[in-house]
Amino acid sequence: MALLSVRDVSISIGVIDPVEGVSFDLDKGEILGVVGESGSGKSLTAMSVMGLLPRIGGRLRTGSVVFDGMELNTMSEDGLRRLRGKRIALISQNPMTSLDPIIRIGAQIDQVSTLHLGLNAAAAKARSLDLIAQLRIPEPEQIHRAYPHQLSGGMKQRIVIAMALAADPDLIVADEPTTALDVTIQAQIIQIMVDLVRDRGLALMLITHDMGVVAQACDRVVVLYAGRVAETNTVEAIFADPQHPYTRELIRCIPRHGQAPGSLKGIPGMVPSVMDYPGGCRFHPRCTQAIDICKALLPVLEAKTTGFAACHLSEARVQ
Amino acid sequence: MVALTALRTAVGSPRGAIPAGILVFIVACAVFAPIIAPYAYDIQNLPGSNEAPNAAHWMGTDEFGRDLMSRIIYGARTSLSVAVTAISISVVAGMTLGAMAGYFGGAFDRAVTAVVDLTWSFPEILIALILIAIIGPGLQGTMIAISIAYLAQFTRLTRAQIMALKNETYVEATANLGAGNFHIIFRHLLPNAITPVIVAGMLATGDAIILEATLGFFGLGAQPPTPSWGAMMSSGTAQIFIAPWIIIFPGLAIAITVISINLFGDALIEALDIRNRLRSV
Repeated sequence: MALLSVRDVSISIGVIDPVEGVSFDLDKGEILGVVGESGSGKSLTAMSVMGLLPRIGGRLRTGSVVFDGMELNTMSEDGLRRLRGKRIALISQNPMTSLDPIIRIGAQIDQVSTLHLGLNAAAAKARSLDLIAQLRIPEPEQIHRAYPHQLSGGMKQRIVIAMALAADPDLIVADEPTTALDVTIQAQIIQIMVDLVRDRGLALMLITHDMGVVAQACDRVVVLYAGRVAETNTVEAIFADPQHPYTRELIRCIPRHGQAPGSLKGIPGMVPSVMDYPGGCRFHPRCTQAIDICKALLPVLEAKTTGFAACHLSEARVQ
Repeated sequence: MVALTALRTAVGSPRGAIPAGILVFIVACAVFAPIIAPYAYDIQNLPGSNEAPNAAHWMGTDEFGRDLMSRIIYGARTSLSVAVTAISISVVAGMTLGAMAGYFGGAFDRAVTAVVDLTWSFPEILIALILIAIIGPGLQGTMIAISIAYLAQFTRLTRAQIMALKNETYVEATANLGAGNFHIIFRHLLPNAITPVIVAGMLATGDAIILEATLGFFGLGAQPPTPSWGAMMSSGTAQIFIAPWIIIFPGLAIAITVISINLFGDALIEALDIRNRLRSV
Protein backbone atom coordinates (compact mmCIF):
# COMPACT_ATOMS: atom_id res chain seq x y z
CA MET A 1 0.00 0.00 0.00
CA ALA A 2 1.37 3.35 -1.05
CA LEU A 3 2.18 6.04 1.54
CA LEU A 4 -0.21 8.44 -0.13
CA SER A 5 -3.07 7.25 -2.24
CA VAL A 6 -5.29 9.79 -3.98
CA ARG A 7 -8.33 8.12 -5.56
CA ASP A 8 -10.81 9.73 -7.93
CA VAL A 9 -10.67 13.09 -6.16
CA SER A 10 -13.17 15.72 -7.28
CA ILE A 11 -13.14 19.12 -5.62
CA SER A 12 -16.00 21.59 -5.45
CA ILE A 13 -15.84 25.22 -4.46
CA GLY A 14 -19.36 26.59 -4.31
CA VAL A 15 -20.97 25.80 -7.66
CA ILE A 16 -17.76 25.17 -9.60
CA ASP A 17 -15.90 21.87 -9.89
CA PRO A 18 -12.29 22.84 -10.58
CA VAL A 19 -10.85 19.33 -10.12
CA GLU A 20 -12.43 16.07 -11.33
CA GLY A 21 -11.43 12.46 -10.94
CA VAL A 22 -7.75 12.89 -10.08
CA SER A 23 -5.96 9.73 -8.91
CA PHE A 24 -2.33 8.94 -8.16
CA ASP A 25 -0.14 7.04 -5.70
CA LEU A 26 3.04 8.16 -4.03
CA ASP A 27 5.45 5.92 -2.15
CA LYS A 28 8.35 6.57 0.20
CA GLY A 29 11.54 7.54 -1.55
CA GLU A 30 9.61 8.62 -4.61
CA ILE A 31 9.30 12.03 -6.23
CA LEU A 32 6.05 12.70 -8.04
CA GLY A 33 5.74 15.69 -10.33
CA VAL A 34 2.32 17.27 -10.71
CA VAL A 35 2.47 19.42 -13.82
CA GLY A 36 0.09 21.78 -15.54
CA GLU A 37 -0.53 25.39 -16.46
CA SER A 38 -2.07 27.90 -14.05
CA GLY A 39 -5.67 26.96 -13.37
CA SER A 40 -5.22 23.27 -14.04
CA GLY A 41 -5.95 22.35 -10.41
CA LYS A 42 -2.41 21.59 -9.21
CA SER A 43 -2.55 23.64 -6.02
CA LEU A 44 -6.07 22.50 -5.16
CA THR A 45 -4.94 18.89 -5.45
CA ALA A 46 -2.08 19.69 -3.07
CA MET A 47 -4.50 21.35 -0.64
CA SER A 48 -6.72 18.27 -0.64
CA VAL A 49 -3.69 16.25 0.44
CA MET A 50 -3.08 18.67 3.32
CA GLY A 51 -6.77 18.75 4.32
CA LEU A 52 -6.77 22.48 3.67
CA LEU A 53 -9.78 22.70 1.34
CA PRO A 54 -12.26 23.89 4.01
CA ARG A 55 -10.02 26.90 4.63
CA ILE A 56 -10.75 28.25 1.15
CA GLY A 57 -14.38 27.15 1.18
CA GLY A 58 -13.81 24.04 -0.90
CA ARG A 59 -14.74 20.43 -0.26
CA LEU A 60 -13.98 16.97 -1.58
CA ARG A 61 -17.06 16.08 -3.63
CA THR A 62 -15.99 12.54 -4.35
CA GLY A 63 -12.97 10.37 -3.87
CA SER A 64 -10.59 9.71 -1.02
CA VAL A 65 -7.15 10.78 0.13
CA VAL A 66 -5.50 8.05 2.15
CA PHE A 67 -2.22 8.79 3.90
CA ASP A 68 -0.47 5.89 5.65
CA GLY A 69 -3.80 4.10 6.03
CA MET A 70 -5.66 7.16 7.35
CA GLU A 71 -8.48 8.79 5.41
CA LEU A 72 -7.70 12.52 5.51
CA ASN A 73 -11.03 13.45 4.00
CA THR A 74 -13.03 12.60 7.11
CA MET A 75 -10.36 13.45 9.69
CA SER A 76 -11.07 16.12 12.32
CA GLU A 77 -9.26 19.46 12.11
CA ASP A 78 -7.43 18.54 15.32
CA GLY A 79 -6.20 15.29 13.86
CA LEU A 80 -5.11 17.03 10.67
CA ARG A 81 -3.22 19.65 12.65
CA ARG A 82 -1.24 16.93 14.37
CA LEU A 83 -0.30 15.49 10.98
CA ARG A 84 0.68 18.81 9.42
CA GLY A 85 4.32 19.56 9.89
CA LYS A 86 4.95 16.28 11.72
CA ARG A 87 4.06 13.77 8.99
CA ILE A 88 3.04 15.90 6.02
CA ALA A 89 4.78 19.20 5.44
CA LEU A 90 3.90 21.88 2.93
CA ILE A 91 6.47 24.10 1.28
CA SER A 92 4.64 27.08 -0.05
CA GLN A 93 5.07 29.10 -3.19
CA ASN A 94 6.40 32.32 -1.81
CA PRO A 95 9.55 32.23 0.32
CA MET A 96 9.67 36.02 0.59
CA THR A 97 6.57 36.15 2.77
CA SER A 98 6.58 32.69 4.36
CA LEU A 99 8.74 33.75 7.31
CA ASP A 100 7.60 35.90 10.21
CA PRO A 101 9.49 39.21 9.77
CA ILE A 102 10.06 39.86 13.48
CA ILE A 103 11.22 36.44 14.65
CA ARG A 104 14.79 35.23 14.19
CA ILE A 105 15.30 32.53 11.55
CA GLY A 106 16.58 30.08 14.14
CA ALA A 107 13.59 30.45 16.43
CA GLN A 108 11.24 29.82 13.52
CA ILE A 109 12.91 26.52 12.64
CA ASP A 110 13.30 25.59 16.32
CA GLN A 111 9.61 25.96 17.04
CA VAL A 112 8.65 23.26 14.54
CA SER A 113 10.75 20.64 16.30
CA THR A 114 9.81 21.81 19.80
CA LEU A 115 6.15 21.67 18.81
CA HIS A 116 6.16 18.30 17.08
CA LEU A 117 9.07 16.40 18.57
CA GLY A 118 8.95 17.90 22.06
CA LEU A 119 12.63 18.82 21.95
CA ASN A 120 14.05 21.25 24.49
CA ALA A 121 15.51 24.56 23.33
CA ALA A 122 19.11 23.35 23.09
CA ALA A 123 18.26 20.17 21.19
CA ALA A 124 15.99 22.07 18.84
CA LYS A 125 18.74 24.57 18.14
CA ALA A 126 21.30 21.86 17.44
CA ARG A 127 18.84 20.22 15.09
CA SER A 128 18.12 23.50 13.28
CA LEU A 129 21.83 24.25 12.85
CA ASP A 130 22.29 20.79 11.41
CA LEU A 131 19.42 21.34 8.98
CA ILE A 132 20.71 24.74 7.90
CA ALA A 133 24.07 23.16 7.18
CA GLN A 134 22.45 20.32 5.25
CA LEU A 135 20.73 22.88 3.05
CA ARG A 136 24.21 24.12 2.16
CA ILE A 137 23.86 27.51 3.77
CA PRO A 138 27.23 28.81 4.98
CA GLU A 139 27.71 29.92 8.60
CA PRO A 140 24.66 28.26 10.19
CA GLU A 141 25.26 29.97 13.57
CA GLN A 142 25.06 33.38 12.00
CA ILE A 143 21.95 32.53 9.95
CA HIS A 144 20.31 31.06 13.05
CA ARG A 145 20.55 34.50 14.67
CA ALA A 146 19.50 36.50 11.58
CA TYR A 147 16.13 38.03 10.80
CA PRO A 148 14.35 37.18 7.53
CA HIS A 149 15.03 40.58 5.95
CA GLN A 150 18.77 39.88 6.16
CA LEU A 151 18.54 36.87 3.82
CA SER A 152 18.21 36.60 0.07
CA GLY A 153 15.25 34.92 -1.62
CA GLY A 154 17.13 31.70 -2.27
CA MET A 155 18.27 31.49 1.37
CA LYS A 156 14.76 32.17 2.61
CA GLN A 157 13.40 29.36 0.46
CA ARG A 158 16.02 27.03 1.91
CA ILE A 159 14.97 28.09 5.41
CA VAL A 160 11.35 27.35 4.51
CA ILE A 161 12.49 23.90 3.36
CA ALA A 162 14.41 23.48 6.62
CA MET A 163 11.23 24.30 8.55
CA ALA A 164 9.35 21.67 6.53
CA LEU A 165 12.03 19.09 7.33
CA ALA A 166 12.43 20.03 10.99
CA ALA A 167 9.96 17.48 12.37
CA ASP A 168 11.07 14.66 10.03
CA PRO A 169 7.89 14.35 7.96
CA ASP A 170 7.21 11.34 5.71
CA LEU A 171 5.63 13.35 2.93
CA ILE A 172 6.53 16.77 1.63
CA VAL A 173 4.17 18.66 -0.60
CA ALA A 174 6.06 21.40 -2.43
CA ASP A 175 3.80 23.83 -4.24
CA GLU A 176 5.96 25.51 -6.90
CA PRO A 177 8.81 25.94 -4.42
CA THR A 178 11.13 27.67 -6.86
CA THR A 179 8.78 29.81 -8.95
CA ALA A 180 9.83 33.02 -7.21
CA LEU A 181 13.55 32.37 -7.68
CA ASP A 182 15.85 32.87 -10.64
CA VAL A 183 16.87 29.85 -12.71
CA THR A 184 20.33 29.15 -11.32
CA ILE A 185 19.10 29.24 -7.73
CA GLN A 186 16.08 27.23 -8.82
CA ALA A 187 18.24 24.38 -10.15
CA GLN A 188 20.32 24.44 -6.95
CA ILE A 189 17.35 24.28 -4.62
CA ILE A 190 15.64 21.53 -6.60
CA GLN A 191 18.88 19.54 -6.42
CA ILE A 192 19.10 20.05 -2.66
CA MET A 193 15.52 18.86 -2.26
CA VAL A 194 16.10 15.82 -4.45
CA ASP A 195 19.21 14.89 -2.46
CA LEU A 196 17.42 15.26 0.87
CA VAL A 197 14.47 13.18 -0.29
CA ARG A 198 16.79 10.45 -1.54
CA ASP A 199 18.92 10.48 1.64
CA ARG A 200 16.01 10.34 4.01
CA GLY A 201 13.69 8.17 1.95
CA LEU A 202 10.90 10.75 1.99
CA ALA A 203 8.03 11.04 -0.43
CA LEU A 204 7.89 14.32 -2.32
CA MET A 205 4.96 15.68 -4.26
CA LEU A 206 6.45 18.40 -6.40
CA ILE A 207 3.99 20.76 -8.02
CA THR A 208 5.33 22.77 -10.90
CA HIS A 209 4.51 24.17 -14.30
CA ASP A 210 8.07 23.65 -15.48
CA MET A 211 8.80 20.43 -17.38
CA GLY A 212 12.51 21.21 -16.96
CA VAL A 213 12.16 20.88 -13.18
CA VAL A 214 10.26 17.62 -13.69
CA ALA A 215 13.04 16.23 -15.86
CA GLN A 216 15.63 17.19 -13.25
CA ALA A 217 13.87 15.85 -10.18
CA CYS A 218 10.96 13.49 -10.61
CA ASP A 219 10.45 9.74 -10.88
CA ARG A 220 6.88 9.89 -12.07
CA VAL A 221 4.67 12.60 -13.50
CA VAL A 222 0.99 13.43 -13.41
CA VAL A 223 0.02 15.95 -16.08
CA LEU A 224 -3.11 17.89 -15.19
CA TYR A 225 -5.15 19.83 -17.68
CA ALA A 226 -8.29 21.81 -16.77
CA GLY A 227 -8.78 19.86 -13.56
CA ARG A 228 -8.40 16.35 -15.05
CA VAL A 229 -5.47 14.01 -15.41
CA ALA A 230 -4.26 14.19 -19.02
CA GLU A 231 -1.45 11.71 -18.71
CA THR A 232 0.60 9.88 -16.12
CA ASN A 233 3.78 7.90 -16.57
CA THR A 234 7.38 7.58 -15.46
CA VAL A 235 9.63 10.53 -16.27
CA GLU A 236 11.74 8.59 -18.76
CA ALA A 237 8.71 7.29 -20.65
CA ILE A 238 6.83 10.57 -20.69
CA PHE A 239 9.76 12.43 -22.22
CA ALA A 240 10.59 9.61 -24.62
CA ASP A 241 7.07 8.92 -25.81
CA PRO A 242 4.39 11.38 -24.64
CA GLN A 243 0.92 9.96 -25.31
CA HIS A 244 -1.14 13.12 -24.88
CA PRO A 245 -0.79 16.07 -27.29
CA TYR A 246 -0.79 18.43 -24.28
CA THR A 247 2.22 16.65 -22.75
CA ARG A 248 3.96 16.88 -26.10
CA GLU A 249 3.31 20.63 -26.21
CA LEU A 250 4.56 21.08 -22.63
CA ILE A 251 7.80 19.28 -23.48
CA ARG A 252 8.19 21.42 -26.57
CA CYS A 253 8.07 24.49 -24.28
CA ILE A 254 11.37 23.58 -22.57
CA PRO A 255 14.09 25.81 -24.02
CA ARG A 256 16.96 23.77 -25.47
CA HIS A 257 20.62 24.56 -25.81
CA GLY A 258 21.42 25.74 -29.34
CA GLN A 259 17.80 26.22 -30.26
CA ALA A 260 17.31 28.56 -33.27
CA PRO A 261 16.15 32.04 -32.21
CA GLY A 262 12.39 32.44 -32.43
CA SER A 263 11.73 28.73 -32.64
CA LEU A 264 10.62 28.38 -29.01
CA LYS A 265 6.80 28.44 -29.12
CA GLY A 266 4.23 28.48 -26.35
CA ILE A 267 1.01 26.53 -26.47
CA PRO A 268 -1.53 28.71 -28.29
CA GLY A 269 -4.70 29.64 -26.39
CA MET A 270 -5.36 29.47 -22.65
CA VAL A 271 -6.58 26.93 -20.12
CA PRO A 272 -10.37 27.28 -20.33
CA SER A 273 -12.07 28.91 -17.35
CA VAL A 274 -13.58 26.52 -14.86
CA MET A 275 -16.93 28.23 -15.52
CA ASP A 276 -17.13 27.03 -19.13
CA TYR A 277 -15.14 23.94 -19.89
CA PRO A 278 -15.63 22.95 -23.54
CA GLY A 279 -17.65 19.79 -24.28
CA GLY A 280 -15.76 16.67 -25.25
CA CYS A 281 -12.04 16.66 -24.55
CA ARG A 282 -11.19 19.83 -22.63
CA PHE A 283 -8.01 20.27 -24.62
CA HIS A 284 -9.55 19.98 -28.08
CA PRO A 285 -9.83 23.76 -28.83
CA ARG A 286 -6.04 24.05 -28.43
CA CYS A 287 -5.13 20.67 -29.88
CA THR A 288 -3.60 20.68 -33.36
CA GLN A 289 -4.60 17.07 -33.96
CA ALA A 290 -8.21 17.17 -32.75
CA ILE A 291 -10.60 14.90 -34.63
CA ASP A 292 -14.42 14.82 -34.54
CA ILE A 293 -14.77 12.52 -31.54
CA CYS A 294 -12.65 14.91 -29.42
CA LYS A 295 -15.41 17.54 -29.62
CA ALA A 296 -18.14 15.12 -28.62
CA LEU A 297 -16.79 12.71 -26.02
CA LEU A 298 -14.75 13.31 -22.85
CA PRO A 299 -11.86 10.83 -23.03
CA VAL A 300 -11.22 8.65 -19.96
CA LEU A 301 -7.81 7.82 -18.55
CA GLU A 302 -6.75 4.43 -19.93
CA ALA A 303 -3.66 2.34 -20.49
CA LYS A 304 -1.72 3.23 -23.62
CA THR A 305 1.34 1.68 -25.19
CA THR A 306 3.15 3.25 -22.28
CA GLY A 307 1.58 4.72 -19.14
CA PHE A 308 -1.93 6.14 -18.94
CA ALA A 309 -3.48 8.99 -20.92
CA ALA A 310 -6.88 10.49 -21.51
CA CYS A 311 -6.87 10.98 -25.27
CA HIS A 312 -8.89 9.59 -28.17
CA LEU A 313 -5.98 10.04 -30.56
CA SER A 314 -3.47 7.65 -29.12
CA GLU A 315 -6.24 5.11 -28.91
CA ALA A 316 -6.88 5.55 -32.62
CA ARG A 317 -3.19 5.21 -33.19
CA VAL A 318 -2.96 2.05 -31.10
CA GLN A 319 -5.79 0.51 -33.11
CA MET B 1 13.94 44.59 18.74
CA VAL B 2 11.97 47.05 16.65
CA ALA B 3 10.27 48.68 19.61
CA LEU B 4 13.53 49.15 21.51
CA THR B 5 15.35 50.65 18.53
CA ALA B 6 12.46 53.04 18.01
CA LEU B 7 12.51 53.98 21.68
CA ARG B 8 16.20 54.81 21.37
CA THR B 9 15.57 56.84 18.22
CA ALA B 10 12.73 58.72 19.91
CA VAL B 11 14.80 59.51 23.00
CA GLY B 12 17.69 60.57 20.79
CA SER B 13 15.69 63.00 18.66
CA PRO B 14 15.44 66.59 19.95
CA ARG B 15 11.64 66.37 19.86
CA GLY B 16 11.66 63.32 22.05
CA ALA B 17 14.60 64.04 24.35
CA ILE B 18 13.05 66.96 26.27
CA PRO B 19 9.68 65.33 27.05
CA ALA B 20 11.51 62.09 27.85
CA GLY B 21 13.72 63.95 30.33
CA ILE B 22 10.71 65.59 31.99
CA LEU B 23 8.91 62.25 32.22
CA VAL B 24 11.91 60.58 33.82
CA PHE B 25 11.99 63.43 36.35
CA ILE B 26 8.27 63.07 37.15
CA VAL B 27 8.52 59.30 37.50
CA ALA B 28 11.56 59.75 39.77
CA CYS B 29 9.51 62.17 41.91
CA ALA B 30 6.79 59.56 42.23
CA VAL B 31 9.14 56.71 43.06
CA PHE B 32 11.39 58.61 45.49
CA ALA B 33 8.67 60.86 46.95
CA PRO B 34 9.53 60.11 50.61
CA ILE B 35 13.19 61.09 49.98
CA ILE B 36 12.57 64.11 47.76
CA ALA B 37 9.57 65.68 49.46
CA PRO B 38 10.65 68.26 52.07
CA TYR B 39 7.59 67.58 54.30
CA ALA B 40 5.07 64.82 54.87
CA TYR B 41 2.00 65.20 52.67
CA ASP B 42 -0.52 65.00 55.54
CA ILE B 43 0.99 67.15 58.31
CA GLN B 44 -1.39 70.01 58.96
CA ASN B 45 -0.26 73.39 60.28
CA LEU B 46 -3.32 75.59 60.53
CA PRO B 47 -1.52 78.81 61.58
CA GLY B 48 0.60 78.53 58.46
CA SER B 49 -2.29 77.98 56.02
CA ASN B 50 -2.56 79.61 52.61
CA GLU B 51 1.04 80.83 52.73
CA ALA B 52 2.35 82.20 49.43
CA PRO B 53 5.45 80.51 47.91
CA ASN B 54 8.50 81.30 50.06
CA ALA B 55 11.89 79.87 51.00
CA ALA B 56 10.45 77.27 53.39
CA HIS B 57 7.54 76.28 51.17
CA TRP B 58 8.59 76.73 47.53
CA MET B 59 5.05 76.33 46.26
CA GLY B 60 3.27 77.72 49.29
CA THR B 61 0.86 75.89 51.60
CA ASP B 62 -2.79 74.87 51.22
CA GLU B 63 -5.81 75.71 53.31
CA PHE B 64 -4.67 73.30 56.08
CA GLY B 65 -1.08 74.58 56.02
CA ARG B 66 0.26 71.45 54.27
CA ASP B 67 3.30 71.92 52.08
CA LEU B 68 2.01 72.10 48.50
CA MET B 69 5.22 70.91 46.84
CA SER B 70 5.33 67.78 49.00
CA ARG B 71 1.69 67.08 48.18
CA ILE B 72 2.33 67.51 44.44
CA ILE B 73 5.32 65.16 44.61
CA TYR B 74 3.25 62.53 46.42
CA GLY B 75 0.35 63.30 44.08
CA ALA B 76 2.51 62.14 41.16
CA ARG B 77 2.39 58.69 42.77
CA THR B 78 -1.40 58.63 42.76
CA SER B 79 -1.83 60.06 39.28
CA LEU B 80 0.82 57.97 37.59
CA SER B 81 0.06 54.70 39.34
CA VAL B 82 -3.68 54.97 38.70
CA ALA B 83 -3.20 55.94 35.03
CA VAL B 84 -0.48 53.40 34.28
CA THR B 85 -2.21 50.54 36.07
CA ALA B 86 -5.57 51.30 34.46
CA ILE B 87 -4.12 51.58 30.96
CA SER B 88 -2.03 48.44 31.43
CA ILE B 89 -5.12 46.45 32.39
CA SER B 90 -6.95 48.02 29.47
CA VAL B 91 -4.18 47.22 26.96
CA VAL B 92 -3.87 43.59 28.05
CA ALA B 93 -7.62 43.00 28.12
CA GLY B 94 -8.18 44.92 24.88
CA MET B 95 -5.44 43.06 23.04
CA THR B 96 -6.78 39.70 24.18
CA LEU B 97 -10.35 40.55 23.21
CA GLY B 98 -9.33 42.17 19.94
CA ALA B 99 -7.04 39.30 18.97
CA MET B 100 -9.70 36.67 19.67
CA ALA B 101 -12.37 38.65 17.83
CA GLY B 102 -10.14 39.38 14.86
CA TYR B 103 -8.74 35.87 14.59
CA PHE B 104 -11.81 33.71 15.18
CA GLY B 105 -14.42 36.06 13.69
CA GLY B 106 -17.99 34.82 13.64
CA ALA B 107 -20.53 35.35 16.40
CA PHE B 108 -17.88 36.13 19.04
CA ASP B 109 -16.45 38.87 16.82
CA ARG B 110 -19.89 40.34 16.19
CA ALA B 111 -20.70 40.38 19.91
CA VAL B 112 -17.38 42.00 20.88
CA THR B 113 -17.61 44.55 18.06
CA ALA B 114 -21.16 45.49 19.04
CA VAL B 115 -20.28 46.12 22.69
CA VAL B 116 -17.05 47.89 21.80
CA ASP B 117 -18.72 50.15 19.25
CA LEU B 118 -21.42 50.98 21.77
CA THR B 119 -18.91 52.12 24.41
CA TRP B 120 -16.81 53.80 21.71
CA SER B 121 -19.77 56.08 20.90
CA PHE B 122 -19.68 57.70 24.36
CA PRO B 123 -16.92 59.94 25.72
CA GLU B 124 -14.60 58.15 28.15
CA ILE B 125 -15.51 60.51 31.00
CA LEU B 126 -19.18 59.55 30.75
CA ILE B 127 -18.42 55.85 30.83
CA ALA B 128 -16.05 56.34 33.76
CA LEU B 129 -18.68 58.36 35.68
CA ILE B 130 -21.34 55.70 35.12
CA LEU B 131 -18.96 52.96 36.23
CA ILE B 132 -17.88 54.84 39.35
CA ALA B 133 -21.54 55.36 40.19
CA ILE B 134 -21.85 51.57 40.13
CA ILE B 135 -18.53 50.61 41.78
CA GLY B 136 -18.34 53.50 44.23
CA PRO B 137 -15.64 56.19 44.55
CA GLY B 138 -12.04 55.51 45.57
CA LEU B 139 -8.72 54.60 44.01
CA GLN B 140 -9.67 51.07 43.00
CA GLY B 141 -12.96 52.15 41.47
CA THR B 142 -11.16 54.86 39.50
CA MET B 143 -8.68 52.35 38.12
CA ILE B 144 -11.36 49.90 37.02
CA ALA B 145 -13.51 52.68 35.55
CA ILE B 146 -10.61 54.14 33.55
CA SER B 147 -9.47 50.76 32.29
CA ILE B 148 -12.94 49.90 31.01
CA ALA B 149 -13.40 53.38 29.52
CA TYR B 150 -10.33 52.88 27.30
CA LEU B 151 -10.93 49.20 26.52
CA ALA B 152 -12.74 49.89 23.24
CA GLN B 153 -9.80 51.74 21.73
CA PHE B 154 -7.29 48.92 22.23
CA THR B 155 -9.75 46.22 21.24
CA ARG B 156 -10.51 47.96 17.96
CA LEU B 157 -6.88 48.69 17.18
CA THR B 158 -5.76 45.10 17.88
CA ARG B 159 -8.69 43.56 16.03
CA ALA B 160 -8.03 45.63 12.90
CA GLN B 161 -4.36 44.62 12.88
CA ILE B 162 -5.02 40.94 13.52
CA MET B 163 -7.55 40.83 10.69
CA ALA B 164 -4.92 42.15 8.32
CA LEU B 165 -2.10 39.98 9.68
CA LYS B 166 -3.93 36.66 9.79
CA ASN B 167 -3.97 36.50 6.00
CA GLU B 168 -0.20 36.92 5.73
CA THR B 169 1.57 34.00 4.07
CA TYR B 170 3.79 33.32 7.07
CA VAL B 171 0.76 32.81 9.28
CA GLU B 172 -0.66 30.34 6.77
CA ALA B 173 2.74 28.68 6.46
CA THR B 174 2.96 28.24 10.24
CA ALA B 175 -0.54 26.77 10.31
CA ASN B 176 0.47 24.39 7.51
CA LEU B 177 3.32 23.16 9.68
CA GLY B 178 0.82 22.24 12.36
CA ALA B 179 0.82 25.25 14.70
CA GLY B 180 -2.33 25.64 16.81
CA ASN B 181 -4.46 28.78 17.11
CA PHE B 182 -2.93 29.95 20.35
CA HIS B 183 0.59 29.49 19.09
CA ILE B 184 -0.30 31.54 16.02
CA ILE B 185 -2.02 34.30 18.01
CA PHE B 186 0.54 34.72 20.77
CA ARG B 187 3.72 33.87 18.94
CA HIS B 188 3.12 35.39 15.51
CA LEU B 189 0.12 37.73 15.40
CA LEU B 190 0.35 39.72 18.64
CA PRO B 191 4.10 40.43 18.41
CA ASN B 192 3.50 41.82 14.93
CA ALA B 193 0.50 43.86 16.06
CA ILE B 194 1.84 45.17 19.37
CA THR B 195 3.76 48.29 18.30
CA PRO B 196 0.84 50.62 17.47
CA VAL B 197 -1.04 49.36 20.52
CA ILE B 198 1.88 50.27 22.77
CA VAL B 199 2.00 53.78 21.32
CA ALA B 200 -1.77 54.17 21.61
CA GLY B 201 -1.43 52.99 25.22
CA MET B 202 1.26 55.59 25.85
CA LEU B 203 -0.94 58.38 24.49
CA ALA B 204 -3.96 57.05 26.36
CA THR B 205 -1.94 57.24 29.60
CA GLY B 206 -1.83 61.01 29.14
CA ASP B 207 -5.60 61.08 28.68
CA ALA B 208 -6.03 58.78 31.66
CA ILE B 209 -4.11 61.22 33.88
CA ILE B 210 -6.56 63.95 32.90
CA LEU B 211 -9.49 61.58 33.46
CA GLU B 212 -8.14 60.60 36.88
CA ALA B 213 -7.69 64.28 37.75
CA THR B 214 -11.22 65.02 36.57
CA LEU B 215 -12.67 62.23 38.69
CA GLY B 216 -10.50 63.44 41.60
CA PHE B 217 -11.78 66.98 41.03
CA PHE B 218 -15.34 65.67 41.40
CA GLY B 219 -14.29 63.91 44.61
CA LEU B 220 -14.75 60.47 43.06
CA GLY B 221 -11.09 59.46 42.95
CA ALA B 222 -8.54 59.16 45.74
CA GLN B 223 -10.07 60.05 49.10
CA PRO B 224 -8.41 62.53 51.52
CA PRO B 225 -5.80 62.79 52.84
CA THR B 226 -4.25 60.85 49.90
CA PRO B 227 -2.98 63.62 47.64
CA SER B 228 -4.24 63.63 44.07
CA TRP B 229 -3.70 66.45 41.63
CA GLY B 230 -7.37 66.62 40.67
CA ALA B 231 -8.61 66.71 44.26
CA MET B 232 -5.99 69.37 45.10
CA MET B 233 -7.26 71.57 42.31
CA SER B 234 -10.79 71.05 43.51
CA SER B 235 -9.97 72.23 47.03
CA GLY B 236 -8.07 75.14 45.48
CA THR B 237 -11.17 76.50 43.76
CA ALA B 238 -12.47 77.86 47.07
CA GLN B 239 -9.25 79.80 47.64
CA ILE B 240 -8.68 80.79 44.02
CA PHE B 241 -8.70 84.55 44.82
CA ILE B 242 -6.85 84.49 48.12
CA ALA B 243 -4.36 81.65 47.44
CA PRO B 244 -4.27 80.99 43.69
CA TRP B 245 -1.08 78.83 43.97
CA ILE B 246 -3.17 76.01 45.48
CA ILE B 247 -4.94 75.52 42.17
CA ILE B 248 -2.15 76.69 39.82
CA PHE B 249 0.65 74.27 40.85
CA PRO B 250 -1.33 71.01 40.65
CA GLY B 251 -2.77 72.29 37.36
CA LEU B 252 0.74 72.91 36.06
CA ALA B 253 1.82 69.44 37.20
CA ILE B 254 -1.03 67.85 35.22
CA ALA B 255 -0.41 70.01 32.16
CA ILE B 256 3.35 69.38 32.07
CA THR B 257 2.95 65.63 32.57
CA VAL B 258 0.29 65.22 29.92
CA ILE B 259 2.03 67.46 27.37
CA SER B 260 5.29 65.56 27.91
CA ILE B 261 3.56 62.22 27.39
CA ASN B 262 1.88 63.46 24.21
CA LEU B 263 5.06 64.97 22.78
CA PHE B 264 7.01 61.82 23.55
CA GLY B 265 4.24 59.73 22.03
CA ASP B 266 4.47 61.83 18.87
CA ALA B 267 8.24 61.31 18.70
CA LEU B 268 7.66 57.58 19.14
CA ILE B 269 5.10 57.51 16.32
CA GLU B 270 7.59 59.31 14.15
CA ALA B 271 10.38 56.88 15.02
CA LEU B 272 8.18 53.85 14.43
CA ASP B 273 6.64 55.25 11.27
CA ILE B 274 3.20 53.95 12.19
CA ARG B 275 0.99 57.02 11.66
CA ASN B 276 -1.01 55.14 9.04
CA ARG B 277 -1.59 52.09 11.18
CA LEU B 278 -2.87 54.22 14.06
CA ARG B 279 -5.29 55.98 11.77
CA SER B 280 -7.27 52.79 11.30
CA VAL B 281 -9.17 53.46 14.52
